[in-house]
Amino acid sequence: MSAAGAIFRRELQIALRRRAEWAQPLVFYGIVALLFPLGIAPESPALKTFAPAIIWVGALLAALLGVERLFRADLDDGSLEQMLIAEVPLALLIAAKLAAQWLLTAAPLVIASPLLGYGLGLETGPVIVLFWSLLLGTPTLIFTGGFAAALTVGAPRAGLMLPILVLPLMTPAVIFGGGAVRAAAAGLSPEAPLYFLGALLALSLTLLPMAAAGALRNALG
Amino acid sequence: MWTWFHRLASPPTFYRFAERLAPWLLIAGLALIGVGVWQGLFVAPADYQQGDAFRIIYVHVPAAALSLSIYTAMAVAGAIALIWRMKLAEVAVVSAAPIGASFTALALVTGMLWGKPTWGAYWVWDARLTSELVLLFLYLGVIGLNQAYSDPRTAARACAWLALVGVVNVPIVHYSVQWWNSLHQGSTILSAEAIANPKMAPSMLKPLLMSMAGSYLFFGAVWLRRMQNGVLVRERRAKWVRAFAGQALLAEGSNARPGMAGPGLVEAATPRQGRQDDADRGRGA
Repeated sequence: MSAAGAIFRRELQIALRRRAEWAQPLVFYGIVALLFPLGIAPESPALKTFAPAIIWVGALLAALLGVERLFRADLDDGSLEQMLIAEVPLALLIAAKLAAQWLLTAAPLVIASPLLGYGLGLETGPVIVLFWSLLLGTPTLIFTGGFAAALTVGAPRAGLMLPILVLPLMTPAVIFGGGAVRAAAAGLSPEAPLYFLGALLALSLTLLPMAAAGALRNALG
Repeated sequence: MWTWFHRLASPPTFYRFAERLAPWLLIAGLALIGVGVWQGLFVAPADYQQGDAFRIIYVHVPAAALSLSIYTAMAVAGAIALIWRMKLAEVAVVSAAPIGASFTALALVTGMLWGKPTWGAYWVWDARLTSELVLLFLYLGVIGLNQAYSDPRTAARACAWLALVGVVNVPIVHYSVQWWNSLHQGSTILSAEAIANPKMAPSMLKPLLMSMAGSYLFFGAVWLRRMQNGVLVRERRAKWVRAFAGQALLAEGSNARPGMAGPGLVEAATPRQGRQDDADRGRGA
């Protein structure tokens, strides 16, 4: 457990020393959300309809952006090999790394989401649901992305493989996340999609670190 | 029984087994598909509601059923490959993916062709259609991931992990028509109630069951053939492949000059191939 804690602190420290790097996904997220009103026509009522999709797809792309580099630096400086041969279960270390990744890249998005929601014309009720859906859904996005990053980290010809692998796996989170906000905006109960997001979260927190550990061992072992 | 399974896991035994089994599966599969589709298109009566448009089920339903079955088979093979590190299961995973992608694409295309006259649109963003499209992307991901690695064993095991994680989509596709308020109709034939008391007229149901069984057999034949090729490529340095290739070359020679090559010659050729194999290895080291 202390090893996992050390990994977690190390990730945060590295990020704190390179502030520009972890701010990138947040800036990217803001710009994506800005581009849609410009493209659609700012006064259009359609903007309100699209708002859940814009915010969710923006969060997904921002998560993808951060995850791409997740294991690359560790592979280059050799600390990934140290994680592989450590006595602590690799899945636990990966979970700690992904938790730090979530705190650095996704948690700011979750906190900023009410701002974007109001900016895109959502009412208070849907904005609260948006916040909860992102809080439940973004860890799923990060953990799925971490699994895909583990699959491709050792691949010499990976190229665009990561987004291709990860986007189909991330679709359920986007469907239920967007669905919850849409339901709330239509005055319906958003509970069912939120429960689905919670179920996805439980599955991905427990199973995906193990799958990622297996994939990582296979790619580098 | 178990020893037979263990022996089947060895590539040469599997190769010979598949060599004998695949032609029969192919013949039986094509015959069943042929009769089923012919009966479905020409003998079965038109549907009272959909008219002749319903006849696409003789292609669409088997393709859709296979798209799910192949993914499940791929995930099971992937689990076997990861747990027991069985080479043959690794080959099975990567050789199933292109077949599965083809059947998924076929199911999507036939569904779209049917949807235009029946629903009035080629595509709707419905749970069943969307999850089937996600399935196609999962297959394409497996194919792409397999090509991203240079080492075939690492690639196959990465694909096995992906297949295992992606298998969550299979129940979603299957139950999407029940879980969500879907435009796609539910299953007519696949439930305990429907098997006891069929909801389809026998003249329509029989051709469908025939083309479905035929498609499964056809898939089995193609899978075995692809696995044979995969095994040959992976084991190309092994003695049995070299001996096998030598035999094939000699058989070609004997066709050209009848009476020259007998069984004795083939046997004499085998050790020579073996020595060459050793010599190659010596040079490599």
